[in-house]
Amino acid sequence: MTWRSVDKVWIGLTALAAAIIVFMLAFIVGNIASNGWAKLSWEFVSQAPRGGMTEGGVFPAIYGTTLLVLLMTIFVVPLGVCVAIYFSEYADRTGWLYRASRSAVDNLAGVPSIVFGLFGLGFFVKGVGAAMDKTLFGNELTFGQPAILWAALTLAVLTLPVVIVSVEEALRAVPQSFRDASLALGATKSETIFRVVLPHAVPGVLTGGILAVSRGAGEVAPILFVGAAYFLPHLPAKLNDQFMELGYHIFVLTTQSPDVEQTKPLLYSTVLVLLALTFLLNLTAIAIRTRLRWTSGGGR
Amino acid sequence: MERHFVRELEELKERLLWMGSLAERAVHLSVQSLLESDATLAQQVVEEEPAINQMQMEIDDRVMQLLALQQLMATDLRFVLAVSRINADLERIGDQAVNIAQSALRIVRHPRVKPYIDLPRMSQAAEEMVRDSLNALVSKDTELARSVMLRDDQVDHLRDQVFRELLTYMMENSSVVFPAFELILVAKNLERIADHATNIAEDVIYIVAGRDVRHHAADRR
Amino acid sequence: MAATREFPLLKTHVQRNEEAPQARSEKMRVDNLTFRYASRKVAVDGVTMPFYERLITAIIGPSGCGKSTLLRTLNRMNDLIPGITVEGEILLDGQDIYAPRFDVIHLRRRVGMVFQQPNPFPKSIYDNVAFGPRINGLARSRAELNDRVERALRQAALWTEVKDRLNRNALQLSGGEQQRLCIARALAVQPEMLLMDEPASALDPVSTAKIEELMFELKKHYTIVIVTHNMQQAARVSDFTAFLLNGALVEFNPTPQLFTTPADPRTESYITGRFG
Repeated sequence: MTWRSVDKVWIGLTALAAAIIVFMLAFIVGNIASNGWAKLSWEFVSQAPRGGMTEGGVFPAIYGTTLLVLLMTIFVVPLGVCVAIYFSEYADRTGWLYRASRSAVDNLAGVPSIVFGLFGLGFFVKGVGAAMDKTLFGNELTFGQPAILWAALTLAVLTLPVVIVSVEEALRAVPQSFRDASLALGATKSETIFRVVLPHAVPGVLTGGILAVSRGAGEVAPILFVGAAYFLPHLPAKLNDQFMELGYHIFVLTTQSPDVEQTKPLLYSTVLVLLALTFLLNLTAIAIRTRLRWTSGGGR
Repeated sequence: MERHFVRELEELKERLLWMGSLAERAVHLSVQSLLESDATLAQQVVEEEPAINQMQMEIDDRVMQLLALQQLMATDLRFVLAVSRINADLERIGDQAVNIAQSALRIVRHPRVKPYIDLPRMSQAAEEMVRDSLNALVSKDTELARSVMLRDDQVDHLRDQVFRELLTYMMENSSVVFPAFELILVAKNLERIADHATNIAEDVIYIVAGRDVRHHAADRR
Repeated sequence: MAATREFPLLKTHVQRNEEAPQARSEKMRVDNLTFRYASRKVAVDGVTMPFYERLITAIIGPSGCGKSTLLRTLNRMNDLIPGITVEGEILLDGQDIYAPRFDVIHLRRRVGMVFQQPNPFPKSIYDNVAFGPRINGLARSRAELNDRVERALRQAALWTEVKDRLNRNALQLSGGEQQRLCIARALAVQPEMLLMDEPASALDPVSTAKIEELMFELKKHYTIVIVTHNMQQAARVSDFTAFLLNGALVEFNPTPQLFTTPADPRTESYITGRFG
């Protein structure tokens, strides 16, 4: 066998693998789209469900998912950025704190989602929430129950490792020469980080955010006991309200609807909406990141 | 873009020209002291010689520095090399002038051997050659430099003429041997001065045109 | 130069430009400095040398001789490396910069640095130059800041090239322009000394020549220390030269002297290219 033909075999195999991926995605999306297209309409995305989930729309679930994801982002991004800054810029790599926290982050990434759900219930709802009720609300049940706040925080903890890794990578990618130049001008380390390093790493922060959003919008297990509800008459208005969520909605529709055949079309449409929403959120974030790269980069 | 070392090259040229003017002056005054039998003037020439020598050392120093510190190329490099050669020629011209002055001092009390005709002609020619060779350097005039080279033969002829005349005088009258002999030496000095001026002219052509015209009889026609 | 000469009879020639050897003042002095990395490797070995005010001092030597390390001790940039030890003193206007309570941040304002690879921030040209003054609180108004930026860019011979595009990204400039921008950035905080670490080694010959000419101008206001592996550059540009070998100072002399009649045979060996 000549080198050229070995080459060709490898090119063929790797191309085939790539094609399989594309095919798989096309199949999934195609299956969902073709089945869910039927019931998709403006009414579907703008109205609340009626008749035991057999009619109407999924608007509250869309609203709930979006709100949940936004809250999660507000919590996870600043915290993730801070930890990443600590890891990348300040930590003494030989110190115990660094090694402990590094190990903690790595392990956190491997925890199963359902465990996060239980954690959310035990720590946030029954722990922090109950404590808040006792001290701030005179034992009245306000935060010691499933709430969108706790769900957002639970998801934040789940997606934290992803954000940290992304941001840290972006920070490490900033050339040392920038830091040197800044320090040589009489800047302190913090000034250097916040005025030079971090601004240059913003695309990485956005990447982290995108990854977190993708993960968070799709996870159901963590929010099972912490705030998601199957049917609510009104939209969540306060931090301690419960909420409807697309992923949870799909789960319940699939497993607990009284008439499976009737809800099947709705199910497909809901899945389609969830995919579309995730896709849309990602696209927005990517667009922002691209725009930032254009204006801040622009090198030769 | 104006480079920093250009200033230093300019200064080097200024120094060289100043030295040239000192050498010219020495020649002029030494001949004058001879022709006018002026002992004081002759003495002045002798006393001013150290200034010329000092200048030579300073110029050599500057040449050394320029060569070591700047990576000179092309015209700049030729210029600096030629300056160090011209420097040596000017110092010799100074020496020759001093020799003339010393001869003048020795015969100052002797009566004139004969009316001075050819010696003044020689000295004028030699002085002009020195002056013109330095002018050629300033104005980068290769034609002027070439004319200096051509005049050297004239001065050689004049020297031969002076030798013949004075020999005749010495043979006819033994009491004038001493002064006549000194005059022969002076003629020799003036001829050497003209030779040095020719060397300077050749160096000028080297700087300006990049051609080494030394020892090329053909170019001198 | 006049195209004709008059016959000078008695002209007194004024000595021009001869610097009367005056007592030079030391802006900075390194006193028996020994610098060790965490691995105990000695990078600078008992070096003592002055840096004279408003003159250019060059530090030359083969790769790895410690010249860049030495330069970085002068503004304590080496502090960023963990585990280093510094013995001896470095006196800036008589004060030891390694004294326990010495303000390092302020030191770096007084002693600026330009690096080998041009490293402008990925910001606009204006923001690059304004960075230093902003950080150090040197301008009380926008107008004052504009002034500083313009002055710094003029001093770096870059103003005319960029004055109409101050808001463009600095990374769009050519290599030589970027390096002059870095010089302007350093000058904007009005330092007293400027440390240059092989500032032209990444540039083409024309840009290098521009930077060298710039240094002659800058010398009028700033004390400059330049580290270079290019001896010819040191010869062209500096007033004093220090030759470093294996971290130790072999010779420190006025540049013309060092390059024509070096005092130490090792110096001679190095500058004549006979080094191993």
